[in-house]
Amino acid sequence: MAQICSLRQAISSLVSDGDVVAMEGFTHLIPFAAAHEIIRQERRNLTLVRMTPDVIYDQLIGMGCASGLVFSWGGNPGVGSLHRFRDAVENEWPQPIRLEEHSHAGMANRYVAGASGLPFAVLRGYTGTDLPTHTENIATIVCPFTGETLTAVPALCPDVGIVHAQRADRKGNVQMWGITGVQKEAVLASKRSIVTVEEIVDHLDPVPGQVMLPGWAVTAVVEAPAGAHPSYAHGYSVRDNDFYVQWDAVSRDRESFLAWMQAHVFNGSARIGASG
Amino acid sequence: MTWSADEMMTVAAARQLHDGAACFVGIGLPSTAANLARATHAPDLVLVYESGCLGAKPSRLPLSIGDGILADDADAVVSVAEVFNYWLQPGRINIGFLGAAQLDRFANINTTMVGGTYASPKVRLPGAGGAPEIAASCKEVVIVVRQNLRTFVDRLDFVTSVGYGSGPKDRARLGLRGSGPRTVITDIGILEPDVETRELTLTRLHPGATVEQARAATGWPLAIAPRVTTTKPPTDRELQVLRELESPQKRP
Repeated sequence: MAQICSLRQAISSLVSDGDVVAMEGFTHLIPFAAAHEIIRQERRNLTLVRMTPDVIYDQLIGMGCASGLVFSWGGNPGVGSLHRFRDAVENEWPQPIRLEEHSHAGMANRYVAGASGLPFAVLRGYTGTDLPTHTENIATIVCPFTGETLTAVPALCPDVGIVHAQRADRKGNVQMWGITGVQKEAVLASKRSIVTVEEIVDHLDPVPGQVMLPGWAVTAVVEAPAGAHPSYAHGYSVRDNDFYVQWDAVSRDRESFLAWMQAHVFNGSARIGASG
Repeated sequence: MTWSADEMMTVAAARQLHDGAACFVGIGLPSTAANLARATHAPDLVLVYESGCLGAKPSRLPLSIGDGILADDADAVVSVAEVFNYWLQPGRINIGFLGAAQLDRFANINTTMVGGTYASPKVRLPGAGGAPEIAASCKEVVIVVRQNLRTFVDRLDFVTSVGYGSGPKDRARLGLRGSGPRTVITDIGILEPDVETRELTLTRLHPGATVEQARAATGWPLAIAPRVTTTKPPTDRELQVLRELESPQKRP
């Protein structure tokens, strides 16, 4: 059964230096509060895994938490570049970052294989692109039944999977709905998992299209209201689109980025606007 | 009404989408054009977003691929693995709608990096996202991109998504099952692959644009169709709906 604990406790006991950590959430339900706790606890040399490393990973990379990144699209959705990610790749600041780059289809299938207890996934993908030249973890495999050549990618099995959801009950059963991305697969593929939720309730009322994660499949559940901000939790909040726009200016410059992180993640509440 | 080159491009792109088609939509220009099509001539256009929203019906432009408004009225919201494995991969999607940071004469796309080397690029771009498999598996592909020397390059710095590879036989050789890019819509005109060589050929110019202008904005000797026609100008209704979609008060 999932342990219900504080965010500080969950990160300090389940995330260690050098771990492979996946924080998922496809624009919706991004676990920002958990990432900020990782930054505050100064975890180092993490290999970060995420299909869409957006602002959350820009912050982790810029604060020196990551030495590797496994991903398929790194940008500020609807806005443009991730400046801290680019500074790390282009100028090795604050440290060099090792990239392992995939497509969305490849990453999603890698999580599915991890969640399924399989060593690899098979798909039609990557063919003819330059990705296999630079990413070792892309291979071909011949179908034993048809002889057709297909693409294989290894299972992703992070040390820790972290997601945000709308609700959990007191036994740690987790309920999420709306755009649920690859969160179920990421949690089930990971050796340990942390789910932050908007609220912990006595009883989970069913919601159309919900995804349930049984408490016995989750390591820790943490109540973290607004823990997805500036992303959102369908039914609880709307996406703070202004934050993403303002992040562009905040993150463009190393000094203004560090000052923002100090003011909002270390000293204050990260829930206010990026420029506020 | 007068219009900008970007508006002409978006309107021309929207016209590529026929009613009832299932369209895999990327954010930005493709999403604007697809929503314009749905609000004008193609009310039954099925918008598929890689966040897992099938049949999304947003009442304003989504700012991101996972905007809540896409889930609100979608026919179904499915997992990301499902959208790629069950819907895209088997060829159920008619049209893939893509943008590009660099494009070459065979409509191959780079959205990964520019300049330097892969390990140490001059400019690091977001990367592949869903594009490689969208370009491979949709029945056909439409590309919307501004035409200039930075984008229309002789040689890509990185092949992120395959158009026609290095010529007419490459898609079959690679086992790509969709038929590949059908049209490239730019702010100058429309390019289509030559039936035999598969090389992008200028077939239409937007009103006021010239062949010289298209040549000057292309980093290779641009093939020109024997008869270049002129795109029908945007109608007042197309412009009104587009401006309504893009107006700041409609933004979340």
